[in-house]
Amino acid sequence: MTHGNRLPAPAGLLIDREQPLTFRFEGQLVEGYAGDTIASALASNDIWLLSRSFKYRRPRGALTMAGQDANTLVQLPGRPSVAADLEPISGGLDVYGQNYEGSLKRDRGIWIGWLHRFLPVGFYYKAFYKPRGAWKFWAPFIRAKAGLGRVSEDAPHGYYDKEYRFADVAVVGGGPAGMNAALFAADAGADVILIDENPQLGGALNYARFDSLGEISGNERERLVNAVQSHDNINVMLSTVANGWFSDNFLSLIRGNRMFKLRAKEVVLATGVMEQPAVFRNNDLPRIMMGSAAQRLIRLYGVRPGTQAIVLAANDDAYGVALDLADAGVNIVAIADLRERPEMGLLATAVKEKGWRVETGCAVSEAIAGDGGRSLRGAVLSRIDGKGVTSGAEQLNCDLICMSVGYAPVGQLPCHDGGQLRLDTASSTFVLENLPEHGHAAGSVTGTHSLDAVLATGAHAGWRAARAAGFNAGDEPTIHDGSGDDGHNHDWPLFPHAKGKDFVDYDEDLQVKDILNACADGYEDIELVKRYATVGMGPSQGRHSALNTVRLVTDAIGRSLDEAKPTTVRPPYTAETFGVLAGRMFEPVRYTPMHHRHLELGAQMMVAGPWMRPAYYGSPAERVQVIRGEIAAVRSAVGVLDVSTLGGIEVRGPDAAEFLNRMYTFAYARQPVGRSRYLMMCDETGAIVDDGVTCRFHERHFYVTTTSSGASNVYREMLWWNAQWRLAIDISDVTNAYAAVSLAGPRSREVLDQLTDDIDLSMEAFPYMDVRTGHVAGIPARLLRIGFVGELGFEIHVPSSHGEALWDALVSVGEEFGIRPFGLEAQRVLRLEKGHVIIGQDTDGLTYPAEANMTWAISRKKPFFVGGRANQVHESRTLMRKLVGFVIDDPNAPIPEECHLTLRGNDIVGRVTSAARSDALARIIGLAYVAPSQAKIGETFPIKIETNRFLEAKVVSLPFYDPDNKRQEI
Amino acid sequence: MKIMHCPLNGPRNISEFVYGGEVRDMPDPNCVSDAEWAEHVFLENNTRGVVREWWMHVATAYWFIAERNTATEKIVRTYPSSDIFSDRVSFAAPDEERESS
Repeated sequence: MTHGNRLPAPAGLLIDREQPLTFRFEGQLVEGYAGDTIASALASNDIWLLSRSFKYRRPRGALTMAGQDANTLVQLPGRPSVAADLEPISGGLDVYGQNYEGSLKRDRGIWIGWLHRFLPVGFYYKAFYKPRGAWKFWAPFIRAKAGLGRVSEDAPHGYYDKEYRFADVAVVGGGPAGMNAALFAADAGADVILIDENPQLGGALNYARFDSLGEISGNERERLVNAVQSHDNINVMLSTVANGWFSDNFLSLIRGNRMFKLRAKEVVLATGVMEQPAVFRNNDLPRIMMGSAAQRLIRLYGVRPGTQAIVLAANDDAYGVALDLADAGVNIVAIADLRERPEMGLLATAVKEKGWRVETGCAVSEAIAGDGGRSLRGAVLSRIDGKGVTSGAEQLNCDLICMSVGYAPVGQLPCHDGGQLRLDTASSTFVLENLPEHGHAAGSVTGTHSLDAVLATGAHAGWRAARAAGFNAGDEPTIHDGSGDDGHNHDWPLFPHAKGKDFVDYDEDLQVKDILNACADGYEDIELVKRYATVGMGPSQGRHSALNTVRLVTDAIGRSLDEAKPTTVRPPYTAETFGVLAGRMFEPVRYTPMHHRHLELGAQMMVAGPWMRPAYYGSPAERVQVIRGEIAAVRSAVGVLDVSTLGGIEVRGPDAAEFLNRMYTFAYARQPVGRSRYLMMCDETGAIVDDGVTCRFHERHFYVTTTSSGASNVYREMLWWNAQWRLAIDISDVTNAYAAVSLAGPRSREVLDQLTDDIDLSMEAFPYMDVRTGHVAGIPARLLRIGFVGELGFEIHVPSSHGEALWDALVSVGEEFGIRPFGLEAQRVLRLEKGHVIIGQDTDGLTYPAEANMTWAISRKKPFFVGGRANQVHESRTLMRKLVGFVIDDPNAPIPEECHLTLRGNDIVGRVTSAARSDALARIIGLAYVAPSQAKIGETFPIKIETNRFLEAKVVSLPFYDPDNKRQEI
Repeated sequence: MKIMHCPLNGPRNISEFVYGGEVRDMPDPNCVSDAEWAEHVFLENNTRGVVREWWMHVATAYWFIAERNTATEKIVRTYPSSDIFSDRVSFAAPDEERESS
């Protein structure tokens, strides 16, 4: 195919005629140029039908050529609903239309359009809910008909990421106002980021006509673009959509696969306007487009939009469109001006000299379809007798209708942060109000249209923004008086037709009568009309339907237009893909100082809170045997576990013991120096939230450990309470300052003995629960004679920088004693054998001490501790569940899993919290919540492991292993 | 994203802070009924208007007070907690303790 509609240069600003590209549309080869969009390349080949409409399968073509309508949504491989008027072509691209059965040209589904009279507004709400079960029958049918495009289930992974940017002034919109604002702010010294969604700066200067000769726009563009690009303070971001404006000028910008999060001191909104459609019968046929769309085709892509044109006018810009069309070789059949007595602007005056047919007080009341409804064949012109009322009918042949009957501001962005649009009766368009505190609007988004006025508002906004950002911006620029700027919007460009197909919302196929019927059905609020009629809910989010809908609704219910507002605008401005939102999260993990030693030893690492910890040392294929071996080493010889992840908090000062008394449940005032004591923390509701050990190294110095995942929360809570109590203490989080290992097993003392000479490790000198400071392998260390696994053991805490050296020393010295590193999996079994609970695993967010048999850790003599009062209340009430140890005697039983249910009769009473097969006890052991009546030693209860499958568990006393604690206290 | 002015660190992204609940007086746990204590623990005032709240700058572990308008989402003022908590708080012993001592 050839580019039959291609115009010679200079038309076609964006295309590179040296670079022809070939792609496929509906399987057919199409030629275009680099820089073309899919829609412009197709138009150059006289292909105008791009898609089928959502409901009636009406043939549709480009409306705006600016990516603002849903008519151009096409299917790319793996990417549905891509805007064909934005997406650049590339060689070999395979493009298909959407929403049809058979082919785009011959959709087998168009019969649905014949049923339109049976598909009234609110149809789904009215039709499918009766009789009962009807929806089940209809849903698959409706779902097959609805939807836009196909999501590819095997779409490849893409690389998406995020970037942070900062600016003194961010300018959104690179048209004349935006560029001028950027220049003024940058000249004042501000660091400016200028954002535009198009591939090139210029905005309307790229395509619109501002003077009779059509020279000004090109000259002004060149002047401004050169100044912007050569300015050191301006960073231009093209092909970048500003998609959200959040609190305190936090903008989300999207360019390709990257999301930019921009924080700007000041934001200038120079987003311009969107041209608005007129409503008449068949106003949705391909090649009925906005005047600006025709201008974009001509100037940006060098494509002639038709041969015989009718221009529907309500402002001077329409005459510019006519001049542009004529320059492109299009015959102007007629200009139908909605205004009875139009002001003769610069461009209208120029047209007058051409001698074309201009009808005033005249509307296009109907478009005539040809080629089986797929193309435009002509238009019916009628006299306007009153608001939306016409008489007479003259049919003219044409293949193009350009609508230039008014604009609406692109005011969505500031509405994300409190801005509001309101219908202004004088100008008959939306006006933007309540801009964010550090936001400034400039250009046509403020309702000014003449180039002088647009430039002046840009200068002023740039000046204001620079000043507000703290720069000396010099004298205030002149404020333009706005003269010659009125009357761009016709107040009633709607001409309902008795036979309908007069579309208000193209996305949702809504006609005038649908909106009126929604009002007649009792929906008088614009928000309710939207939800009932689905107006503005399609992909273009009401960009072309909001203004006409507000006009229709306020008219139908007889309410003042001045109060009229469009529906609430929410982010994002345009569709964004999940990839952009999900790409590259910042999720750091923490390594202990011995991390690399674990890897060298072949550890399988697992995520534990923010940390990476060894699960076991060996290959996953031998997981079970490896874990058993590690357990056996600890029980029979000696094992070493990296416990650097434990939280460490130093509490120092005269009130240190008093503070611990308030934060934790136990009593610490009389804890001797050199001893450790168990710590249990509750929250204000009385639930257990953390545990650990406190070591008293001095009257005024406690070293507190916390669970690995609880460290930062405990520290936070401590600081928060003491911000109120004002006790004389200092609290510091030393979690990162210490590395720690747990050396456990009957031979642990022998290993440690090789490495210490300043601490007497004998049972008499260093008994269970004592703490010491000294040196291990020459490293200053804190030694805690405690253990979680029920064997003779020592926790050794050393400065982080020595963690690896300590590990190396222990592993090498321990070799002759059979030392073996063990991981979390072995530790979980070992501690379970000892009946120790893990906070957060064997307790939940509601577990209070009495439920977990932990009341022994509560001191009753303290005036106050966090959670104390709540536990008084808990204990005065009936206990509902209790944590018990259980065994399963059946040697063939599977190991129950965490959260398997425990029952009493048919009632669920609790769940399994931990379970494992214990070699030491030669059976399955575990912890579970049961009803208090089942908690007696020797009682049995069922565990439901799957439907109709139960295990019988027997309650036993804890600990399972070494009940007299002989092994750990030797 | 909102910016919050930390009295210690200046303006920072709100994601650097955690919320610590409304500032409110704790009743004497030894002199209130179970119901009054439950109300203190579980019920928030949920005021429309300016409320005093605890906020913490996480990276520096600094708790402070923010006055925030819950209707407009405006942070009106932030200041150190020592401005309103200046004295050491002591707790009276529970009744039975007092009797026995």
